[in-house]
Amino acid sequence: MSTEIDTARAAALLDEAPLAHASLFRFATAGSVDDGKSTLVGRLLHDSKAILADQLDAVARTSADRGFGGSAGGIDLALLTDGLRAEREQGITIDVAYRYFATDRRSFILADCPGHVQYTKNTVTGASTADAVVVLIDARKGVLEQTRRHLSVLQLLRVAHVIVAVNKIDLVDFSESVFREIEADVQQVGRELGLGSDGITDLLVVPVSALDGDNVVERSERTPWYTGPALLEVLETLPAADELESHLESFRFPVQLVVRPQGALAPDAVAGGLDVEKYRDYRAYAGQITEGSVKVGDKVSVLTPGQDPRTTTVIGIDFAGAELAEAAAPQSVALRLADEFDVARGDTIAAAGTVRESSADLYAALCWLSPKPLREGAKVLVKHGTRTVQALVRSVSGKLDLATFKLEGASSLELNDIGHAQLRLAAPLPLENYLHHRRTGAFLVIDPLDGNTLAAGLVNDHPGDHEDERYSI
Amino acid sequence: MSTFLTEEPTQVTDAAVSTRLSSLDTLESEAIHIIREVVAEFEKPALLFSGGKDSVVMLHLATKAFWPGKVPFPVLHVDTGHNFPEVIDFRDRTVERLGLKLVVGSVQEFIDRGELAERADGTRNPLQTVPLLDAIQSNKFDAVFGGGRRDEDKARAKERILSLRDEFGQWDPRNQRPELWNLYNGRHTVGQHVRAFPISNWTELDVWRYIERENIELPGLYYAHDREVFARDGMWRAVGEVSQPRPDEEVITKTVRYRTVGDMSCTGAVESAAATVRDVVIEVAASTITERGATRADDRISEAAMEDRKKDGYF
Repeated sequence: MSTEIDTARAAALLDEAPLAHASLFRFATAGSVDDGKSTLVGRLLHDSKAILADQLDAVARTSADRGFGGSAGGIDLALLTDGLRAEREQGITIDVAYRYFATDRRSFILADCPGHVQYTKNTVTGASTADAVVVLIDARKGVLEQTRRHLSVLQLLRVAHVIVAVNKIDLVDFSESVFREIEADVQQVGRELGLGSDGITDLLVVPVSALDGDNVVERSERTPWYTGPALLEVLETLPAADELESHLESFRFPVQLVVRPQGALAPDAVAGGLDVEKYRDYRAYAGQITEGSVKVGDKVSVLTPGQDPRTTTVIGIDFAGAELAEAAAPQSVALRLADEFDVARGDTIAAAGTVRESSADLYAALCWLSPKPLREGAKVLVKHGTRTVQALVRSVSGKLDLATFKLEGASSLELNDIGHAQLRLAAPLPLENYLHHRRTGAFLVIDPLDGNTLAAGLVNDHPGDHEDERYSI
Repeated sequence: MSTFLTEEPTQVTDAAVSTRLSSLDTLESEAIHIIREVVAEFEKPALLFSGGKDSVVMLHLATKAFWPGKVPFPVLHVDTGHNFPEVIDFRDRTVERLGLKLVVGSVQEFIDRGELAERADGTRNPLQTVPLLDAIQSNKFDAVFGGGRRDEDKARAKERILSLRDEFGQWDPRNQRPELWNLYNGRHTVGQHVRAFPISNWTELDVWRYIERENIELPGLYYAHDREVFARDGMWRAVGEVSQPRPDEEVITKTVRYRTVGDMSCTGAVESAAATVRDVVIEVAASTITERGATRADDRISEAAMEDRKKDGYF
């Protein structure tokens, strides 16, 4: 293969400009070690041609040394994630590893979540930013307790798209009946959880062989009874969470900082012709739109803890010298407001009339991620949006049995437990139900002593408020 | 005790933004969000700036994050004393243009004081850690931005965007904080500091496409130019003060470019005709394409790929 040809191909690829318009899609993989997750990840990277030649050479040599058969030229694709495996052998805690590949349609960020004992911690971490999660099942074993646990966590975190890959379909002779039975079991679990039937999430089941590549990148002729898309096709076409949410959700914008140069303008901008007079008293609120979209002229409310919401109008949306007419999640911008309110980091700017009263009473589901257990009466920090406040753990009201989806009594939470708790905050926060607001309904619980993250928190409605059964874990 | 009101119906924006963000726009917004978070939550951040492409992109993102204000933190360069003169010149011009404060940690000064010993192979990249930590401690920097990316190698694939370092600057992969949603936890105790990697999720091709899109100036070394070189260790090495050919090494003039701009004593050039940023984008994309096939890539491309995965000297 000559360089000239490759360069010509690259130029043609770039000129077709799929790259310039390709969107970003984040997904995570979850599964047990033996479900073939490493092989599936390796297969996706290999077949989407994201593996560099020398990496492939090294893997091919190791595969040959170990006498590996299989397809893909006798390459053990699981070795492509061998760095992780080596660490596992050394007994190091392995957590989420991030990998990158692109197709003509999309750039992908893959959060590879190991499925050992810390699966809750890893799955929660990977799923918190994911547009989709691929859960692996071994076709020979079907739905296991572990699968139920994974799906339960994904439902709780409100992952928009859950794809169950029934792997090793080659080892059950590409049997349709085996697949249909597993598919029915998965859909049954989904119904029990409200996953895929709640109008928020969807649940897809795909038969694959990661080892041989069936239905991973291309549809397989060996599963003629399966008429759905291959896994990569699914990932290429599903809408990203922000695409869904920017249409459905109201504008939310936690203020990160106030941009107020007070004459200390960037010398390069001034040299480039910036109107110094115009920007002398410039004041804008910088942040990343977490949900929804905003236009110049929109009415917004500024939410400051302990104060009534103040309503004003957006008069400018700035981004590094460009004045935008509108912007949507997840854009980072700076907003100018009609009224000169005192707005500071930690405040939230939101579409007027769409926010609830701030509250200092926080009812939440907590995914406990620390070896240090949660006890009632503990003092912690809560980081919500761009604000961190002190909090007291008033009570733990139960923990979830992930396999049965039942709530059982508990007064403390330990590593990998998911439970309910009530916290009293030192200052009220604009809390929103996580079910409807994946960003403003999320928070961190932080240890004030060493600063470590203790838990991922999901805001629940207050008891007595209208109960949403989809969220009643 | 204030009470929750019931959830009001979600207001659907009439003119929902229909244009989808490109992956570069999404990555840019993510990086700017992280840069602003670090500036808001830390007392004294600094940006590692070597004049290399990743640090140049980082600085460009910082200018966008705080526009029309100045970048509100100094830049830190660990100078090995073996840097390419044109890169040092680029560094100084950039700092001047943006009105930034430059802090330099000097490997040479540590050697002169006898606090570091020159290595037998003459390479100074591994010597940078001591002056780096010294500069962090003496300037009381509590957060240091770097241009590290997770696609660089397997260890970095597991690095956090905010990475806690102890008093010795060490990364403890067993003690990493889970990174949830876009909520970054940068709390640290006295003596600890945080390395922040806002372009963690970028690939090398993203970086080059962004340089092209934003028309970002880089040191000329990144583009094809004629240079006196000699072959050593399978690389083309520039003839310079600290990089002299041995009698048996023939000096010839070649059209080359650099893919990284580190220490002159150990950084090799690659033969390339890529004279413009467009050419380089195509070359980087082509190297992926070539390597995508199971066929053996040609020497030039695979050499380039090898360099890509070399860790940044600082990290």
